[in-house]
Amino acid sequence: MNEQPLQSLDALRAQQPRFRGLESGHRACQGCGEALAARLATEAAGPDVVIANATGCLEVFTTPWPQSAWRLPWIHSVFGNVAAVAAGMEAALKQQGRATQVLAFAGDGGTFDIGFQALSGMMERGHNVLFICFDNEAYMNTGVQRSGSTPHAAMTTTSPPGAVRMGKRHMKKDILSIIAAHHIPYAATASVAYPSDLRNKVRRAMDTEGASFLQIHSPCPLGWGHDGSLTIEVARLAVQTGLFPIIEMERGELIGTLPIRDPKPVSEYLKLQNRFRHLFADAYRARKELEHLQAIANRNIERFELRGVGIEKYDTEGADTVHRGGDRWA
Amino acid sequence: MALALEGSQALARTIALCRPQVVAAYPITPQTHIVEGIAKLVADGKLDCEMVSVESEHSAASVALGAAVAGSRAYTASASQGILLMAEVLFDIAGLRIPLVMTCANRALSGPLNIWNDQQDSMAVRDAGWIQLYCATNQEAIDTTVQAFRIAERCELPVMVCVDGFTLTHTLEPLDLPSAEQVDGYLPAYRFHHGLDPADPRSLGTLVAPEHFSEVRHAHHQALLRAQTEIEKADSDWAEVVGRHCGGLLEVRGDPEARLGILTLGSVLGTLEDAMDNDPSLPRARFIKLRSYRPFPTEALREACEGLDTLIVLERALSPGAGGIVGPEVQTALIEMEVPPRVHNFAAGLGGRDLSLDLYRQLVDAVLGENQRKGFSIIDADPTLLPEADR
Repeated sequence: MNEQPLQSLDALRAQQPRFRGLESGHRACQGCGEALAARLATEAAGPDVVIANATGCLEVFTTPWPQSAWRLPWIHSVFGNVAAVAAGMEAALKQQGRATQVLAFAGDGGTFDIGFQALSGMMERGHNVLFICFDNEAYMNTGVQRSGSTPHAAMTTTSPPGAVRMGKRHMKKDILSIIAAHHIPYAATASVAYPSDLRNKVRRAMDTEGASFLQIHSPCPLGWGHDGSLTIEVARLAVQTGLFPIIEMERGELIGTLPIRDPKPVSEYLKLQNRFRHLFADAYRARKELEHLQAIANRNIERFELRGVGIEKYDTEGADTVHRGGDRWA
Repeated sequence: MALALEGSQALARTIALCRPQVVAAYPITPQTHIVEGIAKLVADGKLDCEMVSVESEHSAASVALGAAVAGSRAYTASASQGILLMAEVLFDIAGLRIPLVMTCANRALSGPLNIWNDQQDSMAVRDAGWIQLYCATNQEAIDTTVQAFRIAERCELPVMVCVDGFTLTHTLEPLDLPSAEQVDGYLPAYRFHHGLDPADPRSLGTLVAPEHFSEVRHAHHQALLRAQTEIEKADSDWAEVVGRHCGGLLEVRGDPEARLGILTLGSVLGTLEDAMDNDPSLPRARFIKLRSYRPFPTEALREACEGLDTLIVLERALSPGAGGIVGPEVQTALIEMEVPPRVHNFAAGLGGRDLSLDLYRQLVDAVLGENQRKGFSIIDADPTLLPEADR
């Protein structure tokens, strides 16, 4: 091997021709999972796209007029219509015979709840749009209120634990099954803890003709109550426990999963977050809720056959593990 | 050449002549025949357009918005509940200054349910920041629709063409459709300067804080006021093409010497004109057909009211608990006249109640007779049908 002079990290970065759709300097909180997910997604999508963005943190922290962190053509209209705005852009580009692709960005509120009808309609009509849901499991932009995506038992400002409540009473909506029922060409989940998997899925979705859907688990340090430095660890544990399964579907059929090498107990994930703090009280109901959440994780592992068979290159330990010397897999 | 056409069919064919590239709509009575007509033209290969049949009016307006910012001429149509469901998006379209055109087939609002004509729906979104043009006849609806695209695209403002449901949309009559050459010569290809394009990425609909928001609103208000010139020009230019006009911002008809004026929006004008013409014993009136309700043509209105002693503002909507909607605006506009007319304000024909020729006499009696009515009232309501406590 030739001896090469050592270069600074910045100098090496400058040599890397990497497209950035979302620039730094925006106003997201430290450790924001959504900002990271949006950067990774737009990097993978490349420059020939237009973006429709629902109301939410991503819209607010990237575009405080007269500034914008986007290097891509981008529009925000209202909260619940992002899929329809994207559908309109797609119809226009198709009619004009242009190849520019359309992305729709929304949080879980803009996907599971207020934006759901427009999303369902867009998928049913088969618009060539990639809809990305940045799932941080509550209405973070308005100050952490429960959404249809908030996990069971999680504390939010509108699902507070108290003398007669243990956080959110209802289950997290199984959005991917609902999406799958639309039989769209491609639907998948991803996590900011597994960036190369995330990027591959964006590319795959964009290579697919028709509507595609990607749900990216994106921790919110402020809303979940964990340190900003733990975002990746928290996201990884959500996958490793089985609470957030990483799966891929084609036309509603399961075609791939990220196997879990050694499923971890859900408490390892929950205990890092203040939103689940009340589950660790020495109380009967707290223990019951913990059991309940463990059962949900077990059910996910069973349903999607997530348990790995041994040491695999692409499992929850191997995927995205970077080893010294640049070798992805030792 | 005049063809016997239903208003909606004529509108569908007119919209096709304007070559929209994306049409998005959700069916609602009495708008349905318009979008059915467009869908058939697309299916028959007579209109090269993406017809997006959406799952709600909220999405209809949103698809049109998305299409327009992505560089295509976009159109939608709705009525009544549909207008309210898309209201959020209508405000956004206008605030973002996106040029597109929609037809509002005017219909009453629930509840109780009523599918027939009044103008409560478009009045409910009066403050959305759209240009609103009201049509007195189907011929005007055709001509106004062509003009609307040019106005929208030149002013970068959305235009709502208000057409009375059933009274116009479902009436078959001889109508003159322009030719493709006439429309093509009048209406240049769609171009939106603030559109989305990867070659020149820009951010639209950003978060605007208090230090800039008032200026955004000021600019929007001024743009609407300035649009008055474009509305007049669009009409006079179109008149040069087809030899007929719609009256620009407003049109003065009837007896120009009359001291009594009647201001209307939409199709009721024809009924009043016929009533006056049919009975020479009735007092004469000067009719003011308010075509452009937004922008509100204050100057033109003052001029039209010059010499009037009495002005009746007749509307097909109301603001419960206050009275009329247009009436107080007219009164405010006229207050700076040297001798403003006395303004009377009535609603009539709500929820499709038939307006007969007798309406004219009723109105005249209410303002000139011995039993003059004070204040706003629904002139054709019969309170005796109500329980004592509700009268």
